[in-house]
Amino acid sequence: MSTVSLAGFARHDIRLAWREFLTMMSAGRRGRARNVLLALLVFAALLHLPAYGMVGRFADVSWDADLTTLIVITVTLAMAWLLMLSQAIESVTRVFYARADLDLIMSSPMPLGQVFSVRMAAIALTVTAMALLFSAPVIDVLAICGGARWLVAFGVVAAIGISAAAVAIGFTVALFQLIGPRRTRLVAQILAVIIGAGFVIGLQIAAILSTGTMSRFALLTSSAAASFAPDPASITWWPVRAILGDAMALSALLGGSMLLLGLVMATVSSGMGDLVVSASTAGVASTARRRRRGGFRRGSRQQALRVKEFILLRRDPWLVSQSLMQLLYLLPPALMLWRSFSESSTAIVLITPVIVMAAGQLAGGLAWLTISGEDAPDLVATAPLPETAVTRARIEVVLMVIGAVIAPLLVALAFVAPLQAVVTALGCAISAVSATAIQLWFRVQARRSQFRRRQTSSRFATFAEAFSSIGWAATTVLALTIPVLAAITEVLTVGLLAATWKFSPRRV
Amino acid sequence: MASERPISALEVRGLTKRYDRPAVDALDLTIRVGEFYALLGPNGAGKTTTLRMVAGLLKPDAGSVSVMGIDALADPVAAKQITAWVSDEPMIYDKLTPLEYLEFVAGLWGCDASTAEAAARDLLDSLGLADHAHQRCEGFSKGMRQKVALAGALVHEPRLIILDEPLTGLDAVSARHVKAILQARVRAGCTVIMTTHILEVAERMADRIGVIISGRLVAEGTLAELRARNGAGDSSLEDVFVALVDSEAVAA
Repeated sequence: MSTVSLAGFARHDIRLAWREFLTMMSAGRRGRARNVLLALLVFAALLHLPAYGMVGRFADVSWDADLTTLIVITVTLAMAWLLMLSQAIESVTRVFYARADLDLIMSSPMPLGQVFSVRMAAIALTVTAMALLFSAPVIDVLAICGGARWLVAFGVVAAIGISAAAVAIGFTVALFQLIGPRRTRLVAQILAVIIGAGFVIGLQIAAILSTGTMSRFALLTSSAAASFAPDPASITWWPVRAILGDAMALSALLGGSMLLLGLVMATVSSGMGDLVVSASTAGVASTARRRRRGGFRRGSRQQALRVKEFILLRRDPWLVSQSLMQLLYLLPPALMLWRSFSESSTAIVLITPVIVMAAGQLAGGLAWLTISGEDAPDLVATAPLPETAVTRARIEVVLMVIGAVIAPLLVALAFVAPLQAVVTALGCAISAVSATAIQLWFRVQARRSQFRRRQTSSRFATFAEAFSSIGWAATTVLALTIPVLAAITEVLTVGLLAATWKFSPRRV
Repeated sequence: MASERPISALEVRGLTKRYDRPAVDALDLTIRVGEFYALLGPNGAGKTTTLRMVAGLLKPDAGSVSVMGIDALADPVAAKQITAWVSDEPMIYDKLTPLEYLEFVAGLWGCDASTAEAAARDLLDSLGLADHAHQRCEGFSKGMRQKVALAGALVHEPRLIILDEPLTGLDAVSARHVKAILQARVRAGCTVIMTTHILEVAERMADRIGVIISGRLVAEGTLAELRARNGAGDSSLEDVFVALVDSEAVAA
């Protein structure tokens, strides 16, 4: 293949990535690219405010920063790297399984090794571009407050993005070799979520075990962390040194990450075609399921709907990974709860908003899957039962799943703080019902596989759902601590729901 | 003969649906019990819109729909209980096996579990899906998916079966299986209304044929009646159909 056509293919891939991003952001509606760009710019500008709050005070950190600063920045960079790795694994998985142009590419007279090299480079570019975009407000703030020297941080972010993409490609290909294409999809999706959330949560757990708070920085700034940290001259601190202006460290990081990507591309690109073929045929040889004993279930029509929803939820890799993430976020409060059995702590009240928030968010995702994500809408619509009965059965499924996930925590909480458990249960129920109601008001028919687009189908609904969960979480914890303020947040949250209903396309 | 039975399987009067133009324009249609009725028409003629309104998937702007004497607009649940709908795009659940799918459909229609299970296994067997009964549908070809959807439509023993291009994507053997099953249902007293672009299928299977153009029924009758209307006793249905479409285009 000539350089020209290779460049053309690279342009094609970048154009596809850009359009996919636009489709995600505009919920598939045409003619909104300009609006999306404008919204992104406004969003990026607004992000400078929280960025200032987060890092503004660190702008004067000098090259000879103390060990604690080195630890905090290094761990923050490690978290960013893991998040990018998570995103890159997800992108690589999509290249294997979900790209509609694979047949065309595989049947074209182009060397597949080079084609997939370009595709891998496009993944690295996309991941890095996103990382640069989202880190820009933070780096801008540091540069404005501390001088232009901070702009080299963009180079570090690029190095992080490139290395994360390289590791993601190598990791996913290794998964293919180890466990085969069918399992790789599910495992990669779940791992992407766990990696993305795991590190932050791990730090929280460590913080709880060491100091009894849920702050992730509590551990990092402790003397224990400093005692375990490597010597200030160690290579471990090179990323921080690079950010703080060490040109040699920056060159090493950038060179090393590009070398890593080049090595991965050279190693795996030649065999990529075979992997893609095996991925594309993975679903054809559908394995036989374990046969359930007994015949068809007896029960009502609504029960048939509920059973179907439970089976589909259980077999949905996206949901499994999303639920896992929600469950992961419940681990720190669960741990705090466990600690509270042995020692009394007022900090236990902090687990209430976390649980209520998790209930609302999980309910939103579940409600989308059961209410909007119907793969056979005609079948259900032509079934002899009223639409209200269908909707009710689906809501019941959402609430039952939420109940099953949250109940163990609530029961444990009831042993430590019975009143808090009751209030938390109430908050969870209201939060879950609110999120479900928002999904009902904004429901649009979609396939379950379009779950990723859930949050872009209506940004209004997405924000309403998030703020509703936050509102109920705040109300619940305030009800336990400052009841007067709880009344205010309750009114605000109810007002938000009322406004959401008012602006929804379906006032049910 | 079916024509001697008193109640119509489907009676549509003044059925109208407009988008930016009339998709279905005051359509009158009567289909007798036990009849195999083929609804033909060029692309965009209003066939699918008509059938979707009959199946309760679309609300008409005007008109009435009666299924076996039941007012389908006033009592949709009762009408749906005896109706089945199959679209050209098989809508099934990737994560369910065919048997689980049929169990779900039988449950939705409130069928007796043991009777439905026996019917489901028979259907899967007759459609050549018995070996795949416990595999998830996600790896199935379009033809296999269409057969699963068809089995779903038949498992609850409907009295009116509405099919929109049901043979799309089926290989010759599968298409023959499906046609045989549909004919057997008609012989057992079921009524079938089907749209198809495969005119040979309509020619060989249908008791009566209706031709819809621009949302209006422009011709209806047995093949012999349509031929007679066309003025050529030995012409094929394709000749008749093309002549009708051409004459309507000229009239428009």
